[in-house]
Amino acid sequence: MSTQQAEPESQEAPEDPAMKGAESPAADEQTGGGMVDDHAEKRAELEGETVHIKVFRYDPEVEGKQEPRFDDFHVPFEKGMTVLDAVMYARDEYDSSLTFRHSCRQAVCGSDAFFVNGKQRLGCKTQISDLEQPVRIEPLPHQEVVKDLVVDMDHFYDQMHTVEPYFQDEDTPATEDLEEQRQTPENREKIKMSSRCIWCGACMSSCNIAAGDNEYLGPAAINKAYKFAMDDREDEQIKEHRLRILEQEHGVWRCQTQFSCTEVCPKDIPLTEHIQELKREAVKKNLKFW
Amino acid sequence: MYEHDVIVVGAGGAGLRAAIAAHEAGADVAMVSKLHPVRSHTGAAEGGINAALQEGDDWELHAYDTMKGSDYLGDAPAVETLAKNSPEETINLEHWGMPFSREEDGTVSQRPFGGLSYPRTTYAGAETGHHLLHTMYEQVVKRGIQVYDEWYVMNLATTDEADPNDRECHGVVAYDVQSGNIEGFKANQGVVLATGGPGQAFDHTTNAVSCTGDGHAMAYRAGAPLEDMEFIQFHPTSLPSTGVLISEGVRGEGGILYNSEGERFMFEHGYANNSGELASRDVVARAELTEVDEGRGVEDEYVHLDMRHLGEERIMDRLENILHLAEDFEGVDGLVEPMPVKPGQHYAMGGIEVDENGQTCVNGLYAAGECACVSVHGGNRLGGNALPELIVFGKRAGRHAAGEDLGDPEIRTGYGDDVEDETETDLPVTPGDAGVDTSGGVAADGGVTADAEGVLERTVETARQRVDRLMDKEDGVQHAEIRAKLQKAMTDYVNVFRTEEGVKKALRLIRECRQEYQDVYVDDPSRTFNTDLQQTIETRNLIDVAETIALGALVRDEFRGAHWRKEHQERKDEEWLKHTLISWDDGEPSIFYRPVILEGENKTYEPKERSY
Repeated sequence: MSTQQAEPESQEAPEDPAMKGAESPAADEQTGGGMVDDHAEKRAELEGETVHIKVFRYDPEVEGKQEPRFDDFHVPFEKGMTVLDAVMYARDEYDSSLTFRHSCRQAVCGSDAFFVNGKQRLGCKTQISDLEQPVRIEPLPHQEVVKDLVVDMDHFYDQMHTVEPYFQDEDTPATEDLEEQRQTPENREKIKMSSRCIWCGACMSSCNIAAGDNEYLGPAAINKAYKFAMDDREDEQIKEHRLRILEQEHGVWRCQTQFSCTEVCPKDIPLTEHIQELKREAVKKNLKFW
Repeated sequence: MYEHDVIVVGAGGAGLRAAIAAHEAGADVAMVSKLHPVRSHTGAAEGGINAALQEGDDWELHAYDTMKGSDYLGDAPAVETLAKNSPEETINLEHWGMPFSREEDGTVSQRPFGGLSYPRTTYAGAETGHHLLHTMYEQVVKRGIQVYDEWYVMNLATTDEADPNDRECHGVVAYDVQSGNIEGFKANQGVVLATGGPGQAFDHTTNAVSCTGDGHAMAYRAGAPLEDMEFIQFHPTSLPSTGVLISEGVRGEGGILYNSEGERFMFEHGYANNSGELASRDVVARAELTEVDEGRGVEDEYVHLDMRHLGEERIMDRLENILHLAEDFEGVDGLVEPMPVKPGQHYAMGGIEVDENGQTCVNGLYAAGECACVSVHGGNRLGGNALPELIVFGKRAGRHAAGEDLGDPEIRTGYGDDVEDETETDLPVTPGDAGVDTSGGVAADGGVTADAEGVLERTVETARQRVDRLMDKEDGVQHAEIRAKLQKAMTDYVNVFRTEEGVKKALRLIRECRQEYQDVYVDDPSRTFNTDLQQTIETRNLIDVAETIALGALVRDEFRGAHWRKEHQERKDEEWLKHTLISWDDGEPSIFYRPVILEGENKTYEPKERSY
């Protein structure tokens, strides 16, 4: 339990982070993300100390929160403490109105992607001791803020749905005497990384192209399409159909291979490579029709 | 008011499967979930799906293993339904594109799991649940099924006849987390609860923060009994600091457990001379804690799980996810050092009492998945049996709710002439409603005369008043304090090892939580995304559910499956081949028992000593 500075101090946001209504701060500088070099040493140093976090606050309904601001919290450090642990502690002990999505605490539900020290990260798998203090925790940039760290995910889901994200080889087969389709271990390996996506939205938020083109499918949706397009269980015709969706104006060709999505992906999916590969597939398909 | 034929509450594995099935049966289905479907905790399941797919294996072996694993408290009709249907349901997932791990010949891979006589756990890396969840959500998108995500269901709209068997569920009341609006959802044919487990009743759990037993509590207050709640599975391998799960797949692939003295204690101390690390989960969890209690734990807290000898290639191929979890959440590199593990609350074998068709005793109310108790798992669930339960019984509940005829069930539900009342146990405190927060239960006045709309409207009104009351109150106690106290009481006294005195202490502490809850208030004044409000309502649900777990643990004075009692260290088949049922009865819980069904289709499962 902390004995010091249990109350949050409110302060104005230090500079105007380009708030437009409820637009969250833009991610202009994507530096190293304020990482500390020597992890073990830093962890040992923090034992018995508190961690200083600055958390973005906004609520369209509540007076005093309608203008975005940052609140400071000092949270007692414990070994293994993550960014999510820190905001949960701040909420449960200091301010129950502090709002963020979270559920599984183990990097599989994808609820808690935040903008931490200038980089998109999953709160639950980011050790607080690896970060420079004060740790600045903001909602994902380029998405509308609903409240505090909660952003509107509807646009992200819409883009995911645009690529027809479902297996299309056949209708649901009759279940009696059903046999599995065969797939080589190599082909399964080929789609393995793409199938790990947890829909956290970190990639979309980090992408400059998506920020400027609201219709751009974005790295997550293209990766989802990759998973199906590369799966040998779907036939060639369907693959061609998928490539046609992907090569439309706001599809794969928009990607300028800046690798920001790949850099922030908490599941280490090589998103940019997948997009590049789909560009090559699209070219191959078009050559075939020549 | 929204209106659909079938309303599915919760959008994890069971809910998605139920929705797809009801849709295929021609119903207008909607899913209402406090999380977007892909956030559901099914996604954290790692191990796999038990299904007798290969030649040499067959459903009867699967049923036998499950019945033995259940310590003869599973109901044979449920167990056999699971074992028979799991193969086709698993293959069906494959046809929906689920990326299962593959053998050289292109068939789906299967591996050994604890308590199985054949390697029948079908898997997709160590992230089977993630793939199952996403694959089924894809199918929901494909079918255009309506999903109300981030809508939190607060209560069921149920009539209030004196006998729950006569009641009817007409829908649910939910609030839109984003806006705070409270609305009724009328279900013309049925409501399927698929709300997952109650793991947040404990403070060291592998379960997500969202696993708060909402469906359990709502069904209970509406009159459907909760069954076998005392049977809580503590998974032997959770990470000590966070409770994050390390899959049984590690032991399935050959991982070894060591104590602080470097002994392979499962064999060397005789806990399971045949199966060792792959004994049933309850056996391994007790063995680990015994090692710690006898001074052979590492740092007096945990044991080591070593997989280094499997080699990097095999680990990367089959267990890569485990490396990430150990690194991210415990700072341990599983390729170069053993991983610290200890038992953590993982799964509730009990739940809302249902029959093979997913029906509760309340007409129109169904449950499937972890929140339900069919009962497939009895006293202990085998690893790899949760996911097939989701798809097999999720599908059945969805079909039946949509009006398909699945035949008459063999399992009975609700209070009836085949039950026996509890008379002996002295309770340390009065359980049940403490009086002020009358949020639960049934809403309608006049029972039979109430029409569906009227019931819905009244339930909506009650919910609005309740939220206003919580929001208007200026000070008092906050939910986080009560929840922490409840979780600590459960982990201290209703854990792997249980004593009469400890469980009674837990019941007293739960009573205190109930009383403190009378003074609960929501500090956040906003209607927008008010998680303070949501967690306050969830906490009430956790109190109701925790109390049934402790009550069950107190009355069952025997040792069966995951339920161990210090004063009663033997299984008492003469007395206890029966399910514990706890019914809310308008706030005054009553306890009764229903005999277990051991007669299967072709044979009777005679209780045998359960050794591994």
